[in-house]
Amino acid sequence: MSALPQPNPTSSSSQRARRQISDRTILHLFIWPTLILLILINIFPLFYSLYLSFTNYSVISNKPPEWVGFANFIRMLNSEEMWSYFALTGRYALLSVGLQTGIGFGLALLLREKFKASGFLTTLILIPMMLSPVVVGLFWKLIFNPAYGIFNYLIGFTNPAVAPDWLAQPDLALFAIVIVDVWMWTPFVMLLCLSGLSAIPDYLYEAAAIDRASSWFQFWRITLPQVAPLLLIAVLFRTIEAFKAFDVVMGLTGGGPGTATNTVAIEIYRQAFLGQFRTGRASALAYIVLIIIIAVSNLYIRQINRAREG
Amino acid sequence: MATIELQQVEKKFGEAYAVKPMNLTIHDGEFVVLLGPSGCGKTTTLRMISGLETVTDGRILFDGRDVTWLHPSDRDIAFVFQFFALYSHMTARQNIAFPLQAQGESRAVIEQRVNEVARMLRIEHILGQRPGALSGGDQQRVALARALVRRPAAFLMDEPLGALDADFRESMRAEIKQLHIAQHATTIYVTHDQIEAMAMGDRIVVMSDAVVQQIGTPAEVYHNPANLFVARFIGSPGMNLVRGRLADGVIHLPGGNAYPVPEAWLPALQQAVGREGEVIVGFRPEAADIVDDGPLAGRVYAEDLYGGYTMLHLELETDEIIHVRTNRQLILPIDSTARFALDPAMVRFFHPQTEAAIHQEARP
Repeated sequence: MSALPQPNPTSSSSQRARRQISDRTILHLFIWPTLILLILINIFPLFYSLYLSFTNYSVISNKPPEWVGFANFIRMLNSEEMWSYFALTGRYALLSVGLQTGIGFGLALLLREKFKASGFLTTLILIPMMLSPVVVGLFWKLIFNPAYGIFNYLIGFTNPAVAPDWLAQPDLALFAIVIVDVWMWTPFVMLLCLSGLSAIPDYLYEAAAIDRASSWFQFWRITLPQVAPLLLIAVLFRTIEAFKAFDVVMGLTGGGPGTATNTVAIEIYRQAFLGQFRTGRASALAYIVLIIIIAVSNLYIRQINRAREG
Repeated sequence: MATIELQQVEKKFGEAYAVKPMNLTIHDGEFVVLLGPSGCGKTTTLRMISGLETVTDGRILFDGRDVTWLHPSDRDIAFVFQFFALYSHMTARQNIAFPLQAQGESRAVIEQRVNEVARMLRIEHILGQRPGALSGGDQQRVALARALVRRPAAFLMDEPLGALDADFRESMRAEIKQLHIAQHATTIYVTHDQIEAMAMGDRIVVMSDAVVQQIGTPAEVYHNPANLFVARFIGSPGMNLVRGRLADGVIHLPGGNAYPVPEAWLPALQQAVGREGEVIVGFRPEAADIVDDGPLAGRVYAEDLYGGYTMLHLELETDEIIHVRTNRQLILPIDSTARFALDPAMVRFFHPQTEAAIHQEARP
């Protein structure tokens, strides 16, 4: 190698320079920026907010945080308003995850049969999931608009004067948000179900046909149990997201009218960034939500493991 | 139990034949083996009989009833798959009970029948386990139990031992044969393993290139192969096939060998290839005897010692090697010349162009 002529002196010197950076150095160069970012915007806030949840801190006051123990938590858990927000969030989660699961699984069953342009159709169906929630919020606002929105027209209200105002009527606003969430996230459930369905080997259905099982029997005894683990994962993800529902809600109603769509996540935002900027209370509330989500997730995960084993 | 008839059954995928029109009658209680190399159409044939695959043309009859267009579930058959096809999310017991549950049998009947089958196959101790936890042999026993539990009219088995280890294969072979004898159920069994076919079948259907080459008992396909394909495919090694030239009642073989044609064969040979013409001489390794005054000779090329016997490889001339089965005491030095004679009752002749066997009595 050394005997070879080196026609370009600059390239050889740059090679030498590159060689001076060891693999280990490169490793550090890649890892540390990521780690530092993660620590700054994820890990640190996580622990700092835990500390703040035990204080009466507000970001707009010039006072340092003052330790108040469990006062924030007690206050939140004793507030009837807060319970109503939790109930609202629960209702929202139940409705929206339920519908997404039903429709998503149904669509997956339909799209499982390959037909002409089924791949293209699948891609089309996936589009809502890829959009930014802010964009979704904005254009569903237009779609729901009682004067010129297309939604009312599609469901049969051609006269704007008597048509429902989905986002302004307290009894409808929650359903409006459920509709948007279902529209946006059903494809996700469908996608997971589809991959679960395509993993079921054909020979199981052949064996079932030989065993004289009806289509219904096959669905209950083979399709559903085989797809259950993935279906439950989809439900788990969607439930977690539903408890954190914020972006689309903010874009559509901002929690209103009144408190008709005031999910817990919106309430955290209101506590933290509106009025008196109650950072401590908002942190406490955020931790309560976190604990609930962890509890619910664990229940699901237990179910998923059970579905995998039996 | 059922008689199964295939009348001009064929299958095409696009323009290509998977199975060319075939006729086959399987008698009640018979064990028929579909044998052939992979891609010969044997599995497709079995799947057409089961209804998992539609026929392109022809009719399939069960006990005289036309089932050609019936769904598999309406044919009253059981199918044992090569890779078991067990329901992975159910225990062995649930797998076996599945066909009964699908039929809406009562709990008590299911319990009793599952236990009965489990006892027969000696799998009672694994009923609570899932397929994933079982060995290949046990999985296939569970699959067999699932097939047996419904008492179907016929059993169709698609290489049921193909996915098993060699040790298991032999004992499972005996178990399946034993089950067939006990149940006396019509069974169609697909395999590419000619030893399995010989050991298990009442009759063997040899297939190749989508065509049925021969249908016969194991002895028939072994001793009287219908054509060169069957002669080569059955037996390990297959039949020795040596091209020669018939002239003056003698067949001139490679290496300067001359084989005097047995009297009884001469008229048939002359009718088939003329007084002078090419002919292929076929004989099984055990049809040749090493004797000092044998009319034929070859150079000892290699010797395989099998313990019970020795397989000699004799080179008649370059690249013309035949196999001769000999007594285990006989040891011939490599490169020495060995003389041998052929048992006249075990020599067969084939037509070099049509590749079909030439029959001793000219057939109408």
